[in-house]
Amino acid sequence: MTRRPPEPVAVIKQRRDRTLAALVGAVPYIGFLGVSFDRRGDELTAVLNYDDKLIGNPLLPALHGGAIASFLEVTAIMELSFNMLWDDVEEGRIDPDRLTPETLPRLPKTIDFTVDYLRSGLPRDAYARARVNRQGRRYASVHVEAWQDQRQRLFAQATGHFLMPSRDG
Amino acid sequence: MTTHPEDKARIARQFIEAIPFSRALQMRLEEIGNGVAVISMPWSDALVGDPRGGVIHGGAVSALMDTCGGAAVMSHPEALAGTATIDLRIDYMRAAAPGERITARAECYHLTRSVAFVRATAWDADEDRPVATATGAFTVARAGAGGTA
Repeated sequence: MTRRPPEPVAVIKQRRDRTLAALVGAVPYIGFLGVSFDRRGDELTAVLNYDDKLIGNPLLPALHGGAIASFLEVTAIMELSFNMLWDDVEEGRIDPDRLTPETLPRLPKTIDFTVDYLRSGLPRDAYARARVNRQGRRYASVHVEAWQDQRQRLFAQATGHFLMPSRDG
Repeated sequence: MTTHPEDKARIARQFIEAIPFSRALQMRLEEIGNGVAVISMPWSDALVGDPRGGVIHGGAVSALMDTCGGAAVMSHPEALAGTATIDLRIDYMRAAAPGERITARAECYHLTRSVAFVRATAWDADEDRPVATATGAFTVARAGAGGTA
């Protein structure tokens, strides 16, 4: 029995990057905030690229609590959405080149979202990673951690619950 | 030293209208005073979070709630002008109608020496069915306590 040759690495990367790009490109608010995503395998790191408009307290200055909350919620939804598409894309059931805002599956909907502000956000880039702690057919619970200079020194964290889209359409 | 309530409202208004992120979201202060604030935000296609429905992203609603909560704290008679969010929980009741302005009302319902407790509600044009509710805790700098804002 002959084994199938492994897929070329460029093909794998392109498939995953296109899936991520289709998701990110479908949500205008991600562009408004200036959030981008780094991907290593299925691990996503969200980057809030600093811009003066993200400031909430010009005297300190510090990032706006609402900009931080938005960043964390965007990170949580992207983590869930990318996970949701992963198997279908990897197993060839969904072609990432045909993913448009109209053909994408519906995104998870936020039920509730709680943000802890641990330190003031400095006027520079911020990073966040989300962990799906529980994922059922209908509900998901996600935790998000955000930091700036040091990974172990979080400036914000959040927990949210999400309603997953039904798989039948 | 106490600040006159009208001066306090004026200071809070100036402070809120100078916040860059609130300006980027085109927030408008509608009412402020005595621990209550009302702030509204127009629908904009840049704020959409749902690619198919034109529904505003929850994060933008959070930003409105956070700003409104902070404004409510700043306008409280016993608080100084500065505050920061300790935590904020938002419950999303339903999607806001595309194209409609969202208005939030926040009330600082209890104040201790260090903490302000706030609840808030947001609506679109349908005032009978809230879009979201929020509860939060904010830091307090007390008037007359000699601290800095």
